[in-house]
Amino acid sequence: MIILTLKEQPVVPLESEVLSPDVTLSLSNAAIRALPVYLGKTQRRVEDFFTVEGEASDEIEIRGDAKQVKWIGRGMSRGRVKVVGNAGMHTGAYMKGGSIEVTGNVSDWLGGEMSDGFIRVGGNAGGQIGAAYRGSRGGMRNGTIIIGGTAGLEVGMRMKRGTIVIGGLVRDFAGLEMKGGTIVLLSGAELRTGAWMNRGTIVSLVPIPLLPSFMYAATYNPSFLRLYAKHLRTLGITIPDDPHDGGYQRYTGDTSIPGRGEILVWKPHAS
Amino acid sequence: MPPDEDSDPAMTGTSEAGVNMERRGVRIVDTFAEAFDMRAARVLITANTLGWARTGAQTMTGFATSVIGCKVEAGIEAELAPENTPDGRPGISVLLFGFDADGLSHRLLDRIGQTILTCPTTACFDGLPGAAERVNVGGQLRHFGDKFQSSKSLNGHRYWRIPVMDGEFLIEEKFGVQKAIGGGNFLILGMDQDRALAAAEAAVEAMRKVHGVILPFPGGMVRAGSKVGAKNYKKLSASTNDAYCPTLRGRSGVKSELPDNVNSVLEIVVDGLDREAIENSMRVGIEAACRPGIVEITAGNYGGKLGKHHFRLHALMATA
Repeated sequence: MIILTLKEQPVVPLESEVLSPDVTLSLSNAAIRALPVYLGKTQRRVEDFFTVEGEASDEIEIRGDAKQVKWIGRGMSRGRVKVVGNAGMHTGAYMKGGSIEVTGNVSDWLGGEMSDGFIRVGGNAGGQIGAAYRGSRGGMRNGTIIIGGTAGLEVGMRMKRGTIVIGGLVRDFAGLEMKGGTIVLLSGAELRTGAWMNRGTIVSLVPIPLLPSFMYAATYNPSFLRLYAKHLRTLGITIPDDPHDGGYQRYTGDTSIPGRGEILVWKPHAS
Repeated sequence: MPPDEDSDPAMTGTSEAGVNMERRGVRIVDTFAEAFDMRAARVLITANTLGWARTGAQTMTGFATSVIGCKVEAGIEAELAPENTPDGRPGISVLLFGFDADGLSHRLLDRIGQTILTCPTTACFDGLPGAAERVNVGGQLRHFGDKFQSSKSLNGHRYWRIPVMDGEFLIEEKFGVQKAIGGGNFLILGMDQDRALAAAEAAVEAMRKVHGVILPFPGGMVRAGSKVGAKNYKKLSASTNDAYCPTLRGRSGVKSELPDNVNSVLEIVVDGLDREAIENSMRVGIEAACRPGIVEITAGNYGGKLGKHHFRLHALMATA
């Protein structure tokens, strides 16, 4: 394992896309220390900001408050990155495989346009999780993102496949222009959830304010959610799937597109 | 003479030709079952209750006794506990056998479409996820949804959600197809119908506990064993196995294979995902069938010319 310990907080965001298992896999300690990072427009070396222990590994552990460190694990296809502390913007962007764990909070664009892999954040996350970058047609294409805390705006914007689970409250426009995939809101969301969504599924375990362009269809227990429930249980997340406990109210939309997405809102039986 | 019911249960000879082998007084003929290459698929059917999963499975595997007459051989492999199914509901595992993957894909489409799609609360999953060869079933059946269907992808598997009147029918897009063996068999030669049937029932009960096999005929057994072609109707591809029909003993043109005290014969046919599964099932089946009133256990073959898989009864039972 390679351990990178932050020496001091960068004064401006540090562009660090070299902090990826694909890059460090075959590099010596000296070569890792010499990898280029960008502080603003200035090229610097990894060792200017981190002490580096270990070499030639696809397991990286970053210690310290790395909230200004951007692009950690960018495009990684294998291995494991663990951030003990916070992580900056674009963590796991364009990720193709492997896993990232952040024990603290993470900033915007987590897993932006990722195509596979697994990301878990213990704390809160910013906006645009798994989203498409501005001007891009599609967000995340596969993979799983799990946030223990809250999340910001436009979670899963234009995502096409994959699963995002948010433990805490999510801000506006979750699932904006969603094209596929599944977003699970364990504690609900604020306004305009699913706006302009074309396809895909948003599951909320608590009642959420719905746009008037979503139409109620039925209350039932979708078979596919049982697959997700079983899968998520292996990740320590429980979503209800027993018909004896309740059902999901299905709302289809966004009919202003008109879209064929769905919002499923859990409704427990009256006890 | 009927066998001595108190005879030594141990084998009285070896598998060398001409040497007898017995189990509890039942003679095991030194012959072999001849079986064939096939292709198999495994379908996992789940439902809100085991009863509805079984209803779907039984309907799906109906009229699927012989690939010659039914285009597919199918049967229930096992009951599945909720923790062993993809969606955490009780389920039934079904195996289907066909000559090739293309034909099997058509049979899967027909049968799932007519019997599982229509069966309340059911869902349908691939039971051979490791098979390299995949056939598109859910991806074809989705058209029943008339463009109201939708799909979900999870862990590398794609599923189709087809709206139906009780909610949604969920089916996996692709099903694995693997090499398999069809036509393992043995014949139970009994002194009378009741005891032949009881022995066959005991064999079926034991064989159904073996993983990876099905017994495609009614109740797991077949009374209408067949021979290739026909002596008197030249256009028939198969006709009654006259050599093992007790009522034809002594009839002109019939070379009976039945000992004098045999008055009823039942055959067990077994298809399996691999040779080991068939061997295990035949072994426990023959062992269970060796009971009072049974004279002989033998097997059906075509002289070894048609099928490349030969299951020698003596070799099987020597390791029992």
